[in-house]
Amino acid sequence: MNTFSRFAAMTLATVCMAGALCAAEVEAKLTIRDHKFEPAELTVPAGAKIKLSIENHDATPEEFESHELNREKIVVGNGTITVFIGPLDAGKYPFFGDFHQETAQGVLVVQ
Amino acid sequence: MLGTGLLVFREVLEAALIVSIVCAATRGVTGRGRWVGSGVGAGVLGAIVVAAFANVIAAAISGIGQELFNASILLAAVVMIAWHAIWMASHGKELSAHMKSVGNAVQTGSRPLSALLIVVAIAVLREGSEVVLFLYGQAASGAGVVAIAGGIALGVVGGVAVGFLLYFGLLGIPMRYFFSATNWLMLLLAAGLASQAAGFLIQADVLPALGNRVWDTSALLSNASLMGKTMHTLVGYDAQPAGMQIVFYTVTAVAIALGMKLWGHPARSLQHRSNATARA
Repeated sequence: MNTFSRFAAMTLATVCMAGALCAAEVEAKLTIRDHKFEPAELTVPAGAKIKLSIENHDATPEEFESHELNREKIVVGNGTITVFIGPLDAGKYPFFGDFHQETAQGVLVVQ
Repeated sequence: MLGTGLLVFREVLEAALIVSIVCAATRGVTGRGRWVGSGVGAGVLGAIVVAAFANVIAAAISGIGQELFNASILLAAVVMIAWHAIWMASHGKELSAHMKSVGNAVQTGSRPLSALLIVVAIAVLREGSEVVLFLYGQAASGAGVVAIAGGIALGVVGGVAVGFLLYFGLLGIPMRYFFSATNWLMLLLAAGLASQAAGFLIQADVLPALGNRVWDTSALLSNASLMGKTMHTLVGYDAQPAGMQIVFYTVTAVAIALGMKLWGHPARSLQHRSNATARA
């Protein structure tokens, strides 16, 4: 093993360890149906990194967006996306579907 | 129609603000209308292609294709703006001197303009692809042609009008400061785009956030407000920035400022020379 690959392996190991230590990853899921989020209120733990998957059961595209979470991502019709958020402080973080704002409203409750 | 118009307006506005700054920065350059026009055209075509392949992009690279795509084109725009701003730092004074004396267009060569063509195309492509997807959804859920066409017309006219306001506002800057002012605007624009790119890389979990919310000024100016959005596009304002975004913003701003300082000298010496000639 040459110096470079040893260094690379060590770096990788360090990053993985740090990742495992600081980010207890929690998975959460949202569904979009008839331009509404289900559940409209999603509860997740504070202080954890969240892997949020969003399944669009509508045939039309939507954009998951949240100013409070600083996130925006398009989810195509009948598609699924993953968005990483947090770790977050306790509180309420509203989100919405940018393409159907009248109905697609939800809130992430962090506690 | 109004709802459609509002969404189209928001997206067109973001692109129009960037195009306005580019137009101001290329004031008095021969053929810039053609270059900016081509950039807009390429952006619209690109937007349709990106929207058509949205599902492919989204699914690519285990689901983070969309973020990587956005971050890449944003960073490409940053490089182009940086290059142009540094180029202008050494040629801007010549340009304004020439415009003051002769008052007409200057031949600069096509390189600085092709860099800005790419910036315009990227701005239009990013916002345009969202518009295309949104309109496709509207059409698929049975919105009428009139509602959609009317919404597009309202949004485009409104967004472009604000862009023109900004452009003519910028033209009010006195000629002696004009290109340094547009150059600083370009620097802030690039820094803001770099911060947005960092945001996408954090969202995809490619980069650590280094603090999710280093500060929160949303009570002062919210990201959701029209002013917040405008400042977001123009100078990269973010009410709740992540640490990594601040790093990207600062590094980009400092790098461009240094580049302008280091390579901005030829023009200064040229002006000294012309001043000396004028005195003699």
